[in-house]
Order: sequence, then C-alpha cells, then structure tokens
Amino acid sequence: MSDANELLTLVPKAAAKQSMKDFKSDQEVRWCPGCGDYAVLAAVQGFMPELGLAKENIVFVSGIGCSSRFPYYMNTYGMHSIHGRAPAIATGLATSRRDLSVWVVTGDGDALSIGGNHLIHALRRNVNLKILLFNNRIYGLTKGQYSPTSELGKITKSTPMGSLDAPFNPVSLAIGAEASFVARTVDSDRKHLTEVLRQAADHPGTALVEIYQNCNIFNDGAFDVLKDKQQAEEAVIRLEHGQPIRFGAEGSKGVVRDPATGDLQVVPVTPENESRILVHDAHAASPTTAFALSRLADPDTLHHTPIGVLRSVERPVYDTLMSDQLDRAVEQQGKGDLSKVLAGGDTWTVVG
Amino acid sequence: MTSQVSSPAEHADEADDTGRSPRAVGERRASLSGDEGREGAGEKQVRRLDRVIIRFAGDSGDGMQLTGDRFTSETASFGNDLSTLPNFPAEIRAPAGTLPGVSSFQLHFADHDILTPGDAPNVLVAMNPAALKANIGDVPRGAEIIVNTDEFTKRPMAKVGYLTSPLEDGSLDGYQVHPVPLTTLTIEALKEFGLSRKEAERSKNMFALGLLSWMYHRPTEGTERFLRTKFAKKPQIAEANVAAFRAGWNFGETTEDFAVSYEVAPADSAFPAGTYRNISGNLALSYGLIAASHQAELPLYLGSYPITPASDILHELSRHKNFGVRTFQAEDEIAAIGAALGASFGGSLGVTTTSGPGVALKSETIGLAVSLELPLLVVAIQRGGPSTGLPTKTEQADLLQAMYGRNGEAPVPVIAPRTPADCFDAALEAARIALTYRTPVFLLSDGYLANGSEPWRIPETEELPDLRVRFATGPNHELADGTEVFWPYKRDPQTLARPWAVPGTPGLEHRIGGIEKQDGTGNISYDPANHDFMVRTRQAKIDGIKVPDLTVDDPDGARTLVLGWGSTYGPITAAVRRLRRGGTPIAQAHLRHVNPFPRNLGEILGRYDKVVVPEMNLGQLATLLRARYLVDAHSYNQVNGMPFKAEQLATALKEATDV
Repeated sequence: MSDANELLTLVPKAAAKQSMKDFKSDQEVRWCPGCGDYAVLAAVQGFMPELGLAKENIVFVSGIGCSSRFPYYMNTYGMHSIHGRAPAIATGLATSRRDLSVWVVTGDGDALSIGGNHLIHALRRNVNLKILLFNNRIYGLTKGQYSPTSELGKITKSTPMGSLDAPFNPVSLAIGAEASFVARTVDSDRKHLTEVLRQAADHPGTALVEIYQNCNIFNDGAFDVLKDKQQAEEAVIRLEHGQPIRFGAEGSKGVVRDPATGDLQVVPVTPENESRILVHDAHAASPTTAFALSRLADPDTLHHTPIGVLRSVERPVYDTLMSDQLDRAVEQQGKGDLSKVLAGGDTWTVVG
Repeated sequence: MTSQVSSPAEHADEADDTGRSPRAVGERRASLSGDEGREGAGEKQVRRLDRVIIRFAGDSGDGMQLTGDRFTSETASFGNDLSTLPNFPAEIRAPAGTLPGVSSFQLHFADHDILTPGDAPNVLVAMNPAALKANIGDVPRGAEIIVNTDEFTKRPMAKVGYLTSPLEDGSLDGYQVHPVPLTTLTIEALKEFGLSRKEAERSKNMFALGLLSWMYHRPTEGTERFLRTKFAKKPQIAEANVAAFRAGWNFGETTEDFAVSYEVAPADSAFPAGTYRNISGNLALSYGLIAASHQAELPLYLGSYPITPASDILHELSRHKNFGVRTFQAEDEIAAIGAALGASFGGSLGVTTTSGPGVALKSETIGLAVSLELPLLVVAIQRGGPSTGLPTKTEQADLLQAMYGRNGEAPVPVIAPRTPADCFDAALEAARIALTYRTPVFLLSDGYLANGSEPWRIPETEELPDLRVRFATGPNHELADGTEVFWPYKRDPQTLARPWAVPGTPGLEHRIGGIEKQDGTGNISYDPANHDFMVRTRQAKIDGIKVPDLTVDDPDGARTLVLGWGSTYGPITAAVRRLRRGGTPIAQAHLRHVNPFPRNLGEILGRYDKVVVPEMNLGQLATLLRARYLVDAHSYNQVNGMPFKAEQLATALKEATDV
C-alpha cells in the first residue's frame, strides 16, 4: 500500500493481523452454484486483510439484484438497501463518517438503469466510495431480461425479437461523468481483480471498478472470449500504467494514435511503428485518451476490451471539502451557540 | 398569536378577530416633528387603534415580499402581536403588470393576542392596476387604498381590462383612496444619486414602506440598518433605498392627503414574560432541527433537493455549518433521503426536507427506513396538489400520503405544527419520537406556516427536552451455549425500539436491509409466521408511541366539537372565539399527533353530539377518524390554496351547531 491516500489514515487500523476468515459472515451464501459472484466475494474477502483496517470501520452498501446480496456475506457493517440507491445512501454515510471505509456493491441494472442518476452524481462529486459494479449484461434476479449493458438485438424473455437498446459502456460512462478512478477487471482472474481492488482502495475519492461477471444461468459464457486463453490473447488489452499498450500473441498488436483523427486504433506492431505504440498513462490529467481506450472494445464481440486501471487521477474529494467547510465555519463564526442563534437580531422583551 | 416551548396555552380570553373594523381606542393631535417650516407640516391627528390589517400588493418584481417582511420586522420590534400571509405566484417574474404576476403580503397586527393574518385588509397598497384589480374584491368599503397613480396609464390599465380609470370612474367610491405618484416621487427623491431612471424606480417599494411606517408610527432604525447590510457591497444603492424610505416617511408627514396617522400599542399583556422575536415557520423549523441535534448530541445531516415551499430550510441549515450541520443538496429527491438515511445509519440525526411531489419520490426509501428501523425525519411542507399543483399555495392534502403512501404495512408517525412558531417545538417532538423509537417520522407543515410569521418567545436552552440516545456498545443476547452475541433486532421491551449500533463499534458488525428480517437476529427470513409477527410488531411499536393526551377547550359544556390539525389552528380558534362571543357554545381541540392519535381521542369524540373537522383538503383527517372511531365526523373543506378565513369558518361552525 502506498501512502498516497491520506484519507485511509482516517480509518482506524485493525489491532491484530487479519485473515480471510475474519471477513466471512455466518450467513449461508445463496447465489446459484457456479455464479461469478462467488469468485468476486472470495477475492474481496481475501484482499481485505491486506488493507488492515478495523473491520468495524468497513461498511458494504448495496442496492437490489443478485450481486447486492454481497453485504450479507461480509463480516463487516452492511446495508442491503433498495434498487439503485446504494450510491446515495453510501454518500450520506461516507460524508458524515470519514473514519469509515465505504464500499458499494452494485450490478449493471442497479447502477446503470434504475440507479444511473446516483452513480453519475457520486462520480462527479468524487465522494470517497469504492464502487464494485458487477456487470453480467443481464438481469439475473428477475430471471433473465436484457440489461442496459446487453448487446443490441439480444434475445431475452422481454425481447423475444431482440432488444432495441444500444448498450452503455460503463467505463466510458464513468469517464464522461468525471470519474477520478475507473478500472475494469474480470471475475475469474483473481490476481488481476485483487490488484485492481488494491489500487481502488488506495484511491482518494470515488473509484469505479467494473467487474465482468458471469451469470451461468441467464447469460452463460458472456465473457468467454476474455477468459479462454487463446481467444483472450486477441481480445483482452491489459493496461498497465507506464507500459506500452500491446497485446496479442507475443505482443504482436498494439495501440497507436491515428495522426489524422487523433483517435486510437489497433495495429500489428512492426519495427517501423513500434516507437509509436501508446504508453498507458492512467494519471493523465485529460480523460480523452482513457475515453478513447474504453471505446476500442467492440460491444458485440468484446474484442479489444481494455482491462486494468484506465484512469486514476487525484482531485478534491467531496467528503474532505465538506468537512473543511465545517472547520472553516467554526474558525470564522466560532463554534455554534444555540442561544445566540435562537435569539437572532431583532428581539424585544416583555416584562411579566 | 404566541407560542412557547411548553404546551402553547390556548388563550380564550377576550375575543378578537371579530371581523369588525379596527376599534379606535383613542385620539390625540400631535405635532409630529420640528419641521415647521415645511409646507403641509404641523398638527396632525393621531388615532389609536387596537389592530390593523395591511396588504401590500404589486408586481412580482416590485419587492412586495421584502416590503412586507420589513414592515413585519418593524412591527415585531415594536411589540405588537402579529400574523402574516405572504401570497405570491410560482413564476419568478411573471409578465409585468398582469393579474397572474401579482404578489402580495398581508399583515395583521394588534395590541392584543391575535390568531390569523386577518380576513380583509383595512389598508391596501396597490402598486399598479393589476394589484388593485386582483385584490379589490377582498377589501371592504371604507378601507383605505393607497395607489401608485404613475402606473394608472392607458396600457397598464388595458392589460388588466380597465377601460376607464378606476381612480376616476367612481368605482372606488366608498373607499378612502390616497392617490400617490409613488414612482415620480421616488425618482425625484433620488435625483441626487445619479442613478438611471430604472434603477431609481426600483426603490419605490421603500418609498411606500416609508409612507406606511409613518402612518403607523413604526420604528425605522431596523429598516435602515437592514438596507445598509443588505446592500453593503453597493453603498450607493443602500443609501438610495434609505433615502427613498425616508422620503416616503416625510411625504406622509407633510402631505395634506394623509391627515391622520395611527398608533397600535404593543401587545404586552398578550404575551407571557420573556424575550421575543418574529419568526416564520420554516425558520422556526430549521432552528428546531438544530436544537434537536444539539439536545441529542448528534450531528445533523440534511439531504435535500430544492422544492417550493421547503427550500428555505435547506438555505437556512446550510448557514449553520459551525454547529456541525452537514447539508447535502442531492441530485434528486430520492438521493436526498437516501443520503439522510445513510447518515442516520452512521449515527447522525438524518433529515430530509421536501413537499408533496418529493414525498412521492421518497416513498420507497421511507419504507426502507421503516424496515431498517433507523431514526429519520421527513419534513414535508405541503402545497397545493396533485402533481405540480400550486407550488406557492398552501394545502393539507398530503396527510393520507404521509399516513399510507408506501408499499406494504409501513406505519410512520405524523406530527403537525399548528402555528409558524410552533414549528420549532414540533421539530423537537418529531426528533424525540424518531430517536426514541428508531423510526422515520413525518413532520407535516404547510406553505401557510412555512412563509407566515408571528412573534415567538425565545426559549432558554435549559427548557429544551433532553434527546440524548444510547448507541449499542456490546452484545445484547446470550445464545443457548452461553455465547454472547449482538442481535440487531432484539427490541427494548418498553419502546419496542431496536438497538442503534453504529459502524465503528467493534464486535457489533451486522447487516441490515429491506428484506424481511428474522425477529431478533435480523437475518433474512421468508418464514410466514415471522413475517406476520414482524408486521404486527412494527405496527405495535408505532401504536405504542407515548404522546400527550389531547386537551379540549370547552368552557361552556358545548355539544359540538370542532377538531383540527396543523395550520388551521389559527382560523379555527378565531372562529371559535367569534361563536362564543355571540353566545354559541362550541368545544375545540387541535391535533398535533396525527399518528398515533392521542390515547384519549376516542373518548373525547364520544363526548360530543357532533364533531366538525375543518381541513384544507377533501376530508382526510375526517376519513381517518371515521375509520378508526366509527364517528360521524362532519367535514368542512376548502382547497383554494389559501388558509381559512375566520369569518367564513365561524359561519360554517355556527350552522353546524344550529343543526
């Protein structure tokens, strides 16, 4: 853990060394056997001891959906709230209690459909929340309707002739909503998932982590192209800050900027263009390149899907600003005096 | 009317709001100043009155609300009892000079205890033809009308359908009309200031205020101080306004048209001893929330989305960050209550403020708060509905929404303040219930209370209730094997409240949510018997809330009871006084706790042959009473966006007692 995130110092540390077991609640996990959520839960429970925070100061807040059952399985404080509202509830909690580490668990329907408004506003405010967005590109809990990330033309129970909705790209959306930290990872890649969690936890402000998660009942294999070793080589672009963006067999492909349009494009790497391969800068002040990277993915085939931290920049955190204003008000006006406020300016006295 | 921290005494002394013209209680002749040299100065008659109702009316850009506010402050600092009724359109600047654009401010002040802003003005100040036309219907013959003659030209008159000038065609015969070229006089008075005509004209409301301040012997220092503070960054504008204000005062003193000025003595005997200030409902409510946070020793967290007529509470609370008050202007109504609930989970006193349409949006989260059993204040300032309705007008039609507007069996306590100043006490009471019983509570005010004002005896902090709560700190249950555990839904046997264990408390880590919970453990449970038990327990918790018994004011052993709730207190009490003065016995009671009802309500209803329930809706409290007590409650309803008038209510109540 770097010491970049001073906000983490506000959260009390655990008295003793923790293990994964400390974060498992006594509740039976009730996801479908084979659900990708199990892998994410294990990764989060496995990562938490590394953070070393007092577990009573950790809170998981969720909305509604399969993934939103998550808090019940974490032995921390938790709230399973209502559909789409977790970012709003977590905002109230995080901005009033800076000594807490607040995590939001949500899904593609919860965060991007019914709760879209709260998500974008949490991101623009940069509230100190870590948002784990489980994206399975389907509605699971209501048994298989298309979601706002489902591909156009998807056949589901509610779209027997194919869905008419163009999907959201959650990473593009987050970058457009002024997010200061945006990452994408995959449920089955524990190592990558953990590394992304590590960077998210370390980020001061809102961190949005999109986790591609397999729903083996209603949308099985949606991300196989990113998981199958051979296909993944061509499909997945692993981003690492400071490294040239190359992928494919032995890094045979790379991302360059098209000098004519300024947009990004995938090219076979040659000795001639090797020096032009873009070096990933997650900390770039401008979100333009991160956004362009997010657009490389084909929404239908998922080819050229970037994973890793697309954007991680520091900007003022809402909770800190709010707290600073409270301090400044005390400095300027003195600590609140109730009798003085009640009396106000113009009074008169009646003698009994 | 006056209001105190302890239960507001219901004054039943000498009747007032009698509907008669103000009584002249004395006369004198006085030389009003030492300006003998000036034309028109000299001896003027001074009449003493017991009370006056003034209405300022003009375009919504004319500054009538400010003028009314200032006259009110002067009147309050003079020590009169008073009651105000601001009335303005929802449009910020409706087309100039049109009837929909008229904004008015009515003020009733007296040397004794009064209850309403008054039915009909004794004095109308009309800044333009639209203001005259929109208000003349409320003004009884014989009243004084001060008109700005500069605006009575062909076009402005034609705009509102005056074919001939009402100032000349005899239609104002029977009124005491004072034609004053307010605009010209203001521009003339400010010619030294080098302002454009348009800039100078804007001070005409201060000229009018100065004139009225002279007419009623109001103290002027407060207004001058106010203007200099308000325009501190534009000293030239500040001085221009002060000059216009003084010019208006001097005009009254010198012109022969105003031969008489009036004195209304302070209402000392109407008030218990104490220090007083004037306060509006929304301000009193804001202070009540700060006081509740102070008394509970919990930080206040307001999540709010701007909505008329509740926004002033957001504005006010955001000025008090030095009390540790956090105000969060959310992206929408739902996020506003969500953030407040999240803060409550974390141990703050969570509050959300809104009006009817916002309540509709918040309903699902209120249901979540019912299920989570966390303290939360939902402040709803009712306005005309349905839908957007009448944003700036008052109504009481959200009672049933507050009672029942949620999915499932989701009981929520409902508290209703009765006067502007009472909003302070009602906020403390709502907080007491929320914190003691770990429940969302509706604080149901309305537009009339929100914007209206009255004198308020400032309480000493020692008089305020102790609202401190105990957070859970350790295990509260022993398992069969002797293990000590924390059960988030193990209840206090007295209050049925569950423990409030805030994040950060070691060993009490637990999960709560909107899914039905097993009694005690709080774990997810779909067990039928458990759900039945939990539904009944949540209801029993609300039903068991301790609320004070209802008191009945019935000096004459009447057979008819008039029962109200919320802001109708003033007009109902004024109407009751009228009836009693006329020799008709009538009993009166007024509900503050609408859910749960006071324990003795059923018994009280049973005592009377007839129960009349006046409401600014189509009979929502009456519906509740009929359902609960099988009583034949008679509704008397008005839903015109305005408070009841005492006279009309008195007539209705008289008819009710006659039958």
